[in-house]
Amino acid sequence: MSKRVALEASHAVAEAVKMSDVDVISAYPITPQTHIPERLAEMVANGELQANYIPVESEHSALSACLGSVAVGARSFTTTASQGLELMHEVVYCGASMRFPMVMVVCNRSLSAPISVWGDHSDVMSCRDTGWIQVFCENSQEAFDLTVWGYRVAEDLKVMIPVMVNLDGFTLSHVTEPMFLPEQSEVDKFLPVFNYPYALNPDKPMTHGGLGQPDIYTEAKVAQEIALRKSKSVIIQGWKEFGDIFGRHYSPVEQYRAEDAKTLLLTMGSYSETAKVMIDERRARGESVGLISLRLWRPFPYEEFRKAVSGAETLIVFDRSISFGMGGPVFSEAKSALYSEASRPKVVGIIGGLGGRDMAVKDFEYVLDRGKEIAEQGSDRMIEVVGVRGEMIKA
Amino acid sequence: MAENTVKIGKNLVDAEEYLAEGHNFCTGCAEALAIRLVCKAVGKNMIINMATGCDEVCTTPLPVTSWRVPWMHTLFENAAATMSGGEAGLKILMEKGKIPQRDIKCFAMGGDGATTDIGFQALSGALERGHDFVYVCWDNEAYMNTGIQRSSSTPYGSSTTTAPAGKVSIGQKTQKKNMVEIAAAHGIPYTATACPSYPFDLMNKVKKAADMKGPAYIHILAVCPTGWRTASNKSIEIGRLAVETGFFPLYEVEYGKYKMTVTPKKMKPVSEYLKPQGRFRHLTEEETEQIQMKVNANYARLQKMIECFPAA
Repeated sequence: MSKRVALEASHAVAEAVKMSDVDVISAYPITPQTHIPERLAEMVANGELQANYIPVESEHSALSACLGSVAVGARSFTTTASQGLELMHEVVYCGASMRFPMVMVVCNRSLSAPISVWGDHSDVMSCRDTGWIQVFCENSQEAFDLTVWGYRVAEDLKVMIPVMVNLDGFTLSHVTEPMFLPEQSEVDKFLPVFNYPYALNPDKPMTHGGLGQPDIYTEAKVAQEIALRKSKSVIIQGWKEFGDIFGRHYSPVEQYRAEDAKTLLLTMGSYSETAKVMIDERRARGESVGLISLRLWRPFPYEEFRKAVSGAETLIVFDRSISFGMGGPVFSEAKSALYSEASRPKVVGIIGGLGGRDMAVKDFEYVLDRGKEIAEQGSDRMIEVVGVRGEMIKA
Repeated sequence: MAENTVKIGKNLVDAEEYLAEGHNFCTGCAEALAIRLVCKAVGKNMIINMATGCDEVCTTPLPVTSWRVPWMHTLFENAAATMSGGEAGLKILMEKGKIPQRDIKCFAMGGDGATTDIGFQALSGALERGHDFVYVCWDNEAYMNTGIQRSSSTPYGSSTTTAPAGKVSIGQKTQKKNMVEIAAAHGIPYTATACPSYPFDLMNKVKKAADMKGPAYIHILAVCPTGWRTASNKSIEIGRLAVETGFFPLYEVEYGKYKMTVTPKKMKPVSEYLKPQGRFRHLTEEETEQIQMKVNANYARLQKMIECFPAA
C-alpha cells in the first residue's frame, strides 16, 4: 500500500533514489539543488541507504565519477543545476555517447550573467543536443515517479541511454506537497536489479571510449541517434507498466482540456499547473482553450505532439529561456515539428518566467490573450516577453 | 604473483603482455614502455581509466584495442574523477554483495597536461577524498599529442611550439611545476617518481603503490623522441642521464618519509643530459650553467628533506 505523505520535491527525489537502491551518489552542491544531495548524504550517514556518497570537488567531477561507477556496474545518481550543468557540459555529452545508463536530476535554474539563483529553463536548453533522454516534472509526485522510471528506461538493454529528469528550481524543488510514497516491494517489482553487461571486469577485459576515426565516427553517431529515437517505445512501455503498478499514468505529451480546444497553450514543467488554473477559468467562461505540456523533451515526441495539436487553430508556446539570436527554443522546435504538416495551427511564441520572475494565473491570462492577438494580427515586436519593462522590445 | 613469470637478474617479472603488440606509439616512445611495465607490475587484476592523450589515440583506434586489461577513457581532465567513481562503485558493489569480494587495483593515468594542468583539480579532489587508487602521470614535459605545446611541466629553457626559443626568448621561461611535492602535500600514503630507464625501480614502486590502502601518486618521466627531438634509439640512455645528472631524481615519499631509491655514484653535469636533445639545442653555455645551478638547488633541497624526514 502506498502511503500519503507531504514531501518537498527534492526530498521526494531522494526517496526515489533510495528506493531505487542506488549504489553510488556523486554530487556537488549548487542552489537550488542542495536539498537533494543533503538528504541523500543524511540517508547514507544514518544507514538508511547503503550507497557510496562521493562528495566531489566540482560538477565536472560529479558526472565524471558517475561514468566510472556505471562502468563498473554500479547504479549511479547525480544532480545539479544551472552553472553546474554548464560546467559538466562535455561530460553530459560524453556520458550519453558512451551509452552509460544513469539518472541525473536537474533543478532548472537560470544562467549567469547577471548571476541569478532563481528558476528558468536556460540550463537544460543548452543540453538539447547532448543525447540524453529528457523529461519534465510538474510536482513532487512526478519528481519521485520519473526518477524511479528513469532507471528502468535508461538501463533497458534496448536503450542504454542516461535520463535527465528536470524539475523547476525553487518553484518545485523547494515546495512541499502531498504525494504517495509506494512500498519498496512495488518499486522492486517495477525496477529490476541493474545488470550492466559491459562492466569493467578483469576476467573479461573490455575497452570503453576508444578513438573514432573518420571511417567509423559517422556510424557511431548515427547508431546513437537511432538508439535515442527508438528509446521512445521503451519510454512509453515503461510508463504503461508504471501505471499498471502504481496507478499513475504518464504520456510524452500531457493534455489538459485540450481535445476540442481551438486555442492551445504549450508549457513545460511546474508552471503547467498554474496555467491549468487559467484554463479552467476560461473554460468556465465558455472559451475553447486547453493546455498541452511536453513531458518528454528528448527524444522529441513528434508523432504525439502533432496529434495533440492537430485540431487547434492556434498554438501558443510558452518558453522559459531565450536562444539568443533566435528566440524561444521550444517555440522554434514546436514550429519546426509542424512545418511539414498539411494542416497545422498558427504557432506563436511568448517568453516569460526568466530568472525566477513569477508567473501567476493573471500572467498566463496575458499569455493567452496576447498569443491570440498575435495569431490574428501579427506582432510588431522583436521578441514577445511577459511583463518586460522598457521600450527595448519594439522592433 | 603472476602465473607466467620470467627471471631477469634477481627479479621475477610477469611474462604476460597487457599492452598488446601492434599499437601506434612512435618508435622509441618511453611512455609506451612505461605503460607496459606498470601493467606487468600489477598484473591482470586491474582496471584503468586513462585521460585523453597519446595513449588513448595510439592504443584504441576503433574497432581495435591494444588493451588486455579492462580499460576506459572518457575525457581529458577527469581521469582521477572517473576512477573515483570506479573505485567507489567496486567497493559498494562488494559491500552489498552484488559482486564477489576481490582485490581489483584501480588506476587512473594521464600525461603531464592532463595531470599538472587541466586535470589538476580533479586529481587533487580524488587524492583528498582518499580513494583507494593509483594515479600515474606520464610526464613527457609538453602536450605531445597535439604537437609539442608547453605545459606547466615543461622544464625551463626547453623549446616547444607555444613557447618556442627565438631571438628574444629562451623558450620556456618558467620552472617545471613540482607535481610530486604537490601530490605528497595531500598527505596521501605514497608518492614516487620513476623512469622506465630503471624498470625494476619503476615496477617495485608501482607494486608498492597498488598494495597501499588509499591514494598513491607516481610521476614517471617518459622520454619523447618526437617532442624532445632525440634519436629514437636513445630513449633509455636519455632517461638514465636525467637521473644521473640529478635533473629527475628517483625517490619516494611514504607516509611523509623520504627516500632516494636510485643514487647516482657521481653526479654528471646537466649539459650531458641537455646536449642530445633538440629542444635544448639553442641554450648558451651561460644558460646551461643557470640550469645546472637550479638542478643543484633542487637536489640539495630533496637531500635536506631526506635528512629531515628519513625513511626507517
